[in-house]
Amino acid sequence: MAGNILIIKKRGNINLSMILSAKYNYNHLEVEVMLSIRKGMVVLVVLAVLFSMSGTGFAQNVSLEFQQWWGVELPEGELRDIADGYTEETGIEIELLSNPYADTRDQISAGAATGTMADVVGLDGSWVYDFAVQGSIADLSELMEADGYDDSQLSDQIRVNGDTYMIPVANFAYPMFVNLDLLEEAGITELPETRSEFIAAAEAVTEKTGAYGWIIPLSTSTPSGIQNNFMGWLWASGGSMLENGRPNLVGNDKLIETVEFQKELFDKNLVSPGVYAMTESDMVEEFANGRVAFMIDSLAHLTTLRRGETDLNMAMMKVPTMDGYNGESGIGVANWGIGVASNTEHKAESMDFIEYLMSPEVNSRIAVAANAFPGNVNAEPEYKGADPLFLDAFEIYKDSYAINEFTGLPTSEQLMRDFAENLQLYLEGDYDSADEMLAVIEDEWEKAFE
Amino acid sequence: MKGELGLKKIFNSFNKNGHKIEKTPYLYLSPTLILMAVLLIIPIFMILRYSFFDNVIINKNPVFVGFQNYINVLTDPDFIVAAKNTLFFVSVSVIAHLVIGLFFAMLLNTDYLGEKTKGIFRVIYALPWMFTASVIAILWKMMLNPHGIINYLLQVGNLASTNIAWLSSRSFALMAVTLINIWAGYPFYMISILAGLQGISGDLYEAAAIDGATPVKQFFYITLPQLKPILISLLTLDFVWTIQQFALIWLTTGGGPINATETFSTYIYKQAFSRYQYSQASASAGIVLFICTILAIFYARQQKART
Repeated sequence: MAGNILIIKKRGNINLSMILSAKYNYNHLEVEVMLSIRKGMVVLVVLAVLFSMSGTGFAQNVSLEFQQWWGVELPEGELRDIADGYTEETGIEIELLSNPYADTRDQISAGAATGTMADVVGLDGSWVYDFAVQGSIADLSELMEADGYDDSQLSDQIRVNGDTYMIPVANFAYPMFVNLDLLEEAGITELPETRSEFIAAAEAVTEKTGAYGWIIPLSTSTPSGIQNNFMGWLWASGGSMLENGRPNLVGNDKLIETVEFQKELFDKNLVSPGVYAMTESDMVEEFANGRVAFMIDSLAHLTTLRRGETDLNMAMMKVPTMDGYNGESGIGVANWGIGVASNTEHKAESMDFIEYLMSPEVNSRIAVAANAFPGNVNAEPEYKGADPLFLDAFEIYKDSYAINEFTGLPTSEQLMRDFAENLQLYLEGDYDSADEMLAVIEDEWEKAFE
Repeated sequence: MKGELGLKKIFNSFNKNGHKIEKTPYLYLSPTLILMAVLLIIPIFMILRYSFFDNVIINKNPVFVGFQNYINVLTDPDFIVAAKNTLFFVSVSVIAHLVIGLFFAMLLNTDYLGEKTKGIFRVIYALPWMFTASVIAILWKMMLNPHGIINYLLQVGNLASTNIAWLSSRSFALMAVTLINIWAGYPFYMISILAGLQGISGDLYEAAAIDGATPVKQFFYITLPQLKPILISLLTLDFVWTIQQFALIWLTTGGGPINATETFSTYIYKQAFSRYQYSQASASAGIVLFICTILAIFYARQQKART
């Protein structure tokens, strides 16, 4: 049992006052310890004696539920192995609730509404604001401060009203994937760097190969195509859809030009048909089947594209910029974020588990396994044996600035859906101009910011 | 024995007229009643309660707003579109389910086919009912893909000159999801009607044949009246199921393109899980519950009239 006390000392992360105010169940006798800090040391000694007599410990009585979609996307057994490492270290059992992304989102939303969220939850940046305002996820700033955790090692923190609610564990960049065989067949020898070069390449592919030049998933069921595939063009040219944290759509020249650029691609029939009902996975399928030359996609899908019998001759490239733009390019990123449920009875242990996942060694391991970039700036993932395309993407990532303006916005997914619906109307010719469409979207968006 | 008598004493009492009130049956029913209360009555009550407050869950101290949420929902243009789409989706689905189910059931009940052949077709026709919504959605998304087999067949047969994006076209999407729902749902009718057909006495048809009734007259004057109770039950159940259909629509079109396939179920889902307007979602769900309740009352009256 001395080991249990050692755990408390060694990790030093479980806050003393929380230990003292927690309820301990020992031999069916509930002992509620509500003592002041002054008496803390005395109680600690008493607890140490009790634990050493019992053979059961503080940590061993705790089991945490960890709900996420990562387990499905990581190599089989990887997340289980990582969680087991934590159990070995602390005695705290981790129960993994792994489901695909969309299912996880629905289950977490339902848990948030009913106060039955798992102790630790995987989060997407687009959910954070709503769960934080709802009070269903805990303020991590408080938990980090209580633990004395050095947050300068975190690559980013997703804040709402100044407080941190999500920590990105892994970052996924969204570069542009290219089917080199289609480009070769179309007689394109240079990868396009500007939008006009891109249109020329897409035209050549569409005319000469029977495939299409460009694809963008605009399904309104999962409208992330707006964030990952549409805004990627804007960010690549240094544009922004926000100003001082609020919508800045009307009269935004770079955004207008991006909308018009997409319209041109559609009007010239360079876009794969059926995109209005297409999700990201449908897009990847089209690309994997060689029916499209260019797509913006997460590096997480590199494993999917390499899996099976596919012999795609692929390359990675930066998203082409507006003609004449010479500034720095932004690259879209998505995160595997993590947070703690407000309803958990084990906040301290949950934070401790997060700190374990964010430790440089474990975080590196997650990053390598997920084809992602680490959330801890001190992590040094060993990418040497990685896919050469991943290394190319890493170079693009390092050469750009990471950006995702939807992260932390209110009802973020609904904002994307509003944009997707109105973009479809514009592409169908229901709006006279891009600015008219943007004005309607801005009106809708402003309601969410009220 | 003594204990048993004691238990009877506790659960048996008498009403004002001196009639004995048996309480023991309620004891036996209690597990079911508790389950129904927890899984059905309490959630319905909570949803209805939510619908009369301003934004519950998000707002920790919600305020009673009366029918404001209902007014908001009923005047929301998106809800009107959802109502129109739902009406089309439900009415076409239910009618098509009935017609196809009846047709296949009669085919499988015919005397002109051998038992083996009927067995094989029974399995084939019933297959769609065996698939889950996600399998059906993936299957049809692949078939209706612009590069899919349906477009291929249409082009081979010179019925279409270009690839049609069935699920992402504002003109075709609602028809496409309705078609998928028809395909997924007719076997339930077929199996139920087949059971009904096998229960109709052959004497009726023999007597009608002797009287010179044609097969068409036999269908309208014997088959349909005999199937009426089953058909009413099927139509009621199907209406309720179809009005609540969510998975197929969400997995194929998500209510899009734009709002071409938005129905009550997708509208409610978006209000709750995308806009986090739980009270509005509850009010919308209350409206759907009201529609389904009217139908349930109609169904219950029909059943009562029969008995």
